[in-house]
Formats: sequence, C-alpha cells, structure tokens
Amino acid sequence: MKIHEYQAKQILRSFGIAVPRGDVAFSPKEAGAVARRLGGRCIVKAQIHAGGRGKGGGVKIAADVTEAEDLARQMIGMTLITHQTGPQGRKVRRVLIEETLDIAREIYVGVTLDRARGMPVVMACGQGGMEIEEVARRDPKAILIEPIDPLVGLRPYQVRRLAFALGLEGDEVKSATKLILALAKAYEETDASLVEINPLVVTRQGDLVALDAKMSFDDSALFRHPNIRELRDPDEEDPLEVEASANALNYIKLDGNVGCMVNGAGLAMATMDLIKLQGGSPANFLDVGGGATAEQVTAAFKILTADPNVKAVLINIFGGILRVDVLARGVVDAVRQVDVKVPIVARLEGTNVEEGKRVLSDAGLNFQVADGMLDAAKRVVALARES
Amino acid sequence: MSILVDEKSRVMVQGLTGREGSFHARQCREYGTRIVAGVTPGRGGQTHEEVPVFNTVRQAVDSEGADVSLIFVPPAGAADAILEASDAGIGVVVCVTEGIPVADMIRVMPAVARGGTRLIGPNCPGIISPGKCKIGIMPGYIHKQGPVGVVSRSGTLTYEAVAQLTRRGIGQSTCIGIGGDPLIGTNFLDALRLFRDDPDTRAVVMIGEIGGSAEEDAARTIAREMKVPMVAFIAGQTAPPGKRMGHAGAIISGGKGTAGEKMAALKEAGVHVVESPAAIGDQVQKLIG
Repeated sequence: MKIHEYQAKQILRSFGIAVPRGDVAFSPKEAGAVARRLGGRCIVKAQIHAGGRGKGGGVKIAADVTEAEDLARQMIGMTLITHQTGPQGRKVRRVLIEETLDIAREIYVGVTLDRARGMPVVMACGQGGMEIEEVARRDPKAILIEPIDPLVGLRPYQVRRLAFALGLEGDEVKSATKLILALAKAYEETDASLVEINPLVVTRQGDLVALDAKMSFDDSALFRHPNIRELRDPDEEDPLEVEASANALNYIKLDGNVGCMVNGAGLAMATMDLIKLQGGSPANFLDVGGGATAEQVTAAFKILTADPNVKAVLINIFGGILRVDVLARGVVDAVRQVDVKVPIVARLEGTNVEEGKRVLSDAGLNFQVADGMLDAAKRVVALARES
Repeated sequence: MSILVDEKSRVMVQGLTGREGSFHARQCREYGTRIVAGVTPGRGGQTHEEVPVFNTVRQAVDSEGADVSLIFVPPAGAADAILEASDAGIGVVVCVTEGIPVADMIRVMPAVARGGTRLIGPNCPGIISPGKCKIGIMPGYIHKQGPVGVVSRSGTLTYEAVAQLTRRGIGQSTCIGIGGDPLIGTNFLDALRLFRDDPDTRAVVMIGEIGGSAEEDAARTIAREMKVPMVAFIAGQTAPPGKRMGHAGAIISGGKGTAGEKMAALKEAGVHVVESPAAIGDQVQKLIG
C-alpha cells in the first residue's frame, strides 16, 4: 500500500527525522493559511501516488501567500501526468505547502527488501534528487548498500561507513548516522516495504532534512497497523481495482480488449501471455483465487464487464480439486445475473469436467467451451477481433 | 526415485482442525499419504479426520514419529508454526499459508536454516511425488509417476504444466511449488540441485514468473551443474511494471525482474525456454519422448 508524501513525512517525523515545516491543504484557502504561517515564501507540491511530479508541473515555488493560493488553485483539480502515472495522469486533490530551504547538497537514502539476501538493505547515494533506478542503470557502483541483519539489526559502524563514503564531515556524520538508524527503525516498526528520502538535503546551516519522502507498506502486515491502513487513499487507485479488492479478487486493469478471469496468479499471467502470443491484447489481470465462490465469480464478471474496452471474455479455471460442475453453474448464474453482452470462451479443468462442460453448453448463453488453453486463447482473440 | 518426500514420509498437519486443513488432509490421505498427526493448540487428545490431534508439534513428533509438516495456520500465526516445526526437528516443512508478513519471514529464515529444516513455501501448493505421496493442495489425479522433475513459483500454472505432461504419457518424479512470496525457504537453485542428485529425474521443468532474480541466480548455476535437459516458462511477459500481479513476489520494480531478462538468462544457460505456456508439454516430449 502506498501513501502520500505528506503522510510519509508525518511518520518519519515521529521517528525523529527532520522534515520541512509545512502542512497539507485541500483548498487554495487552506494553502494560503499554511503559507501565511510559513512567512509567505513556500513550495507548493501536488500530492499524488506517483513520482516525477516536478517535471509534470506539480512542484512550484510561491513568493508569497497570494501566489501560494494561486498555485494551489491551479494544481487542485488538475490532472498531473508524469512518467509514472501513465498517459491518463492522476487528478490532484491535495497539495503540500512547505518552507523553502537553503540547500548545500542532495543525497539519496532508502531502505527496502533485498530478496536475494533475504533481508532489508539500506541504500545510499551521493547523487540525490535523481531517480535511483536511473542511477542504478547508469552507474551501479554509485549506490552504496548496507544489509540489515535480522539478528543484530543495523549497526552504527555500518551507518558511519555510509556517511563517510557519502563524503559527509564533522557533525553531518553524527546527524546522518542518527537519521539513517531512525529510517531503518521506521521501516521495521511500520512493516514498510520501501522507505525513501530523495533528496535528503544538507542545508547551508548543516542540517539534514528530508525534502521528499516516499513510503509503501507490506499489504500482508497491515492487519497489525490499523493506523497506517487508514492512510489508504482510494482516489489514487483505479475504481475497479478498489471494487475487486473489496471482493478479495486480484484485478489489474490493462489497455487491451480481451477480458480474462483466471484462478491463480501464475496461470492468470500465463493466460495474458498466451493471448498476446495469439495476436490479441489482454484487458486485465484477474485472479479469482484458489477457492473462488459463486459470489466472487459474479463480482468478477461485474468488474470485468464494467470495462467498456472488453470485447470478449476468456475464463480459464484449472480447478483441480474444485468440482467443475459446481463452478460451471456459478458461472452460468453470474452471466445471467450480470447480463453479460460480450461473447465468452470458457476453458475449465478439474473434477467432473465433462459434466461442467455440459452445464455451460446447455445454458443457452453466449458461451464457447474450449478444449485446452491454446484453443481458448485462439477463440477469444478471434471473437474480440470480429466485434 | 523422488526428492524430499516419498511413501515413507510421516506427515503431520499444523492447523488440521481448520476448514482448509481438514479438507486437504483428507485429500492427501486419499492419495495415499501417511497423515499421522494433527496439531491444534487446545485440541490435544481429540481425534479429527481419524487422525490424533496434539497440542504441540513436539508431542506429535514424539508420539507419532512425524517427519514432515504441512502448515495451514492463518497468516498471523504461520511464522510461529514454521518455527515450532523446525524447533521440533521436522526435516521438511511445507507452508501453504498465503499472506505472511515479509518481516516475519525475514526473522524466520535464518532460524530455520540453523535448525537444518527444509522449508517449502510459504504461499505454495506443496510437494508431490506421484504414486507415493502428496503433501499439499494440488489435485493428485493429474499427476503420473515418471522421470520429469517440476519446480514452480506458481500453483494452478504448475497444474497446467503437469496436466500437459501427463496427457502425453510423461510422468513426474517430484513436483515442488516453491511459492509466490518474495521470501521463500526453498528457491529454484535448491530444488534444481535436489533434482540433479536424483538418478531417476531425467528432465526438469522450471516455471518462473516476474519479480526478483531467483531465475537469473539459478541460471548461473544451471549451465555448470545440470546435466539433464531443462524446459522453462516464465509467466508475466505482458505484465506492466510496478504492479503486483497477485503473488506478493510478482512485481517488476525499478525495471528489474522482467520476464525478458529471466528468459534470456535461462536461454544463455542452455535451458529450452518456451514462450507459450501451452508448449511446455510438447517441448518436454521433444527432448525425452
């Protein structure tokens, strides 16, 4: 789960990390009030769950309160397009108003899971403010890594090693050590999957301040962090994806025209791949899970067919232990209930498969029963092309 | 032969009395697996699904000689269940549970390694040595005893691959679902080395997916160590970056973990990589049929 920059900064501040003074604003008037408290001159930053906001026009400096209000007026309600939002962009609904700082230097620090090591790592880089993935591609040696051993935690010597390698001096080393240890603590105690300060700035006064911050969290651990779960902003998610997760379905919208309903994430991805290989284009990823119920299948159909691009639907269920005849009756009921207009190709496998196929064929609906995955993909791609 | 588990395995089910645990314990036993004990704290002394239930794993081991554990405990308690099994000296622990917090697994992994336990999963379908025993949630009837090892990060996609093999008359030595989480006990390399040392495994099917670098890491060793032919499929060739595709571990992040990179690394290592998931069976047949 992702959260906004201003929320991440609130969390980091609670762990003792310095962030610029400021506050979130939902209207130009609120923005003006925050700017006034900061003495007029401030930065106005659009709050969306995507990076690259500066280049897209979502981060601007205001000289005074009036300009802060004007900028907030421009930004709130605008659709911000960055390289991370996709071409459709994201609507801005809130802005962060912050003091400006005298910046001497910009650094990158972050904590995330290193899957190969099986433990989190602190990443640091002397080139802050740039996209870290870009740096990693161009100059992988520029990224310094210190693993966090689950037994002993991040040790001060590791953090000092980072601070000196970053070229920090004197009191800066002490501040950086304290900050990075706090960052690792924030990562651990909130069950984060990523904490990133980019840039971490060294001011001309020698202070270390988190100028930008990003946090995302392990969905599987949210049950023990109700306060973090409350920070979820459904406006930042595709409405169909929100609806899907409410029904314990995994749905991701794509831009093709073949709707897919599959059980199991691996098989769902493989089905999308096969559609593409047959010359078609998947409209979505949808995993109904191992033990899909009739209610879930109905909800899945509603979500699939709410996408106007969908011209045909492929159901690929490898039930295994699941009784296919029961599943087939569920599918027939769902199609009747949702009133699906587009053609459906079904490929079902599992116990009682013959009976299941008969249920589908006899339903008098717009069904084609396929023989295997390849046959199903070929048929559905042809149907999507015809319509 | 087979790897890790066979007809002699004595299986205990942690979370036996739950809905999933009951159902799948029954299915496993019907397949021929020796389910010797169940563990549900507070239900010790009872009998469930004709199996004696114990309060602790240690009791189940002492009383019934269980040497493999199958875990269905819900996510919040699953890490604890894995540690309890490891602490009691269980050699092979299969954890089906999906949704265990990553931080829990970070702490569990070194402890399990210290205890010498082979953990399979979490978030996996389990392991089956066809004709001998099934320890997991996979449908038994699609399998057939034979010479092909199967290792996969997926569940239903593995069933698909196995069904393709069986339909062509090609049986399997052992099929392992290693799980879809970012941190798992047994990775591709571990499983491949077990197949390498099994004289009866004459080919291996490897099913990977986007996210992480386990496929690439395995590829570096495959060329050197694997003598039998290998077929691989990587799911997620059409997956968009930055989106978690169902499995917690299936995400392309920072341009890393794409299907393309994995397929290239495996091809380089001499693996027969198929683009289509429908071509797995045919490719194996070509190689050993």
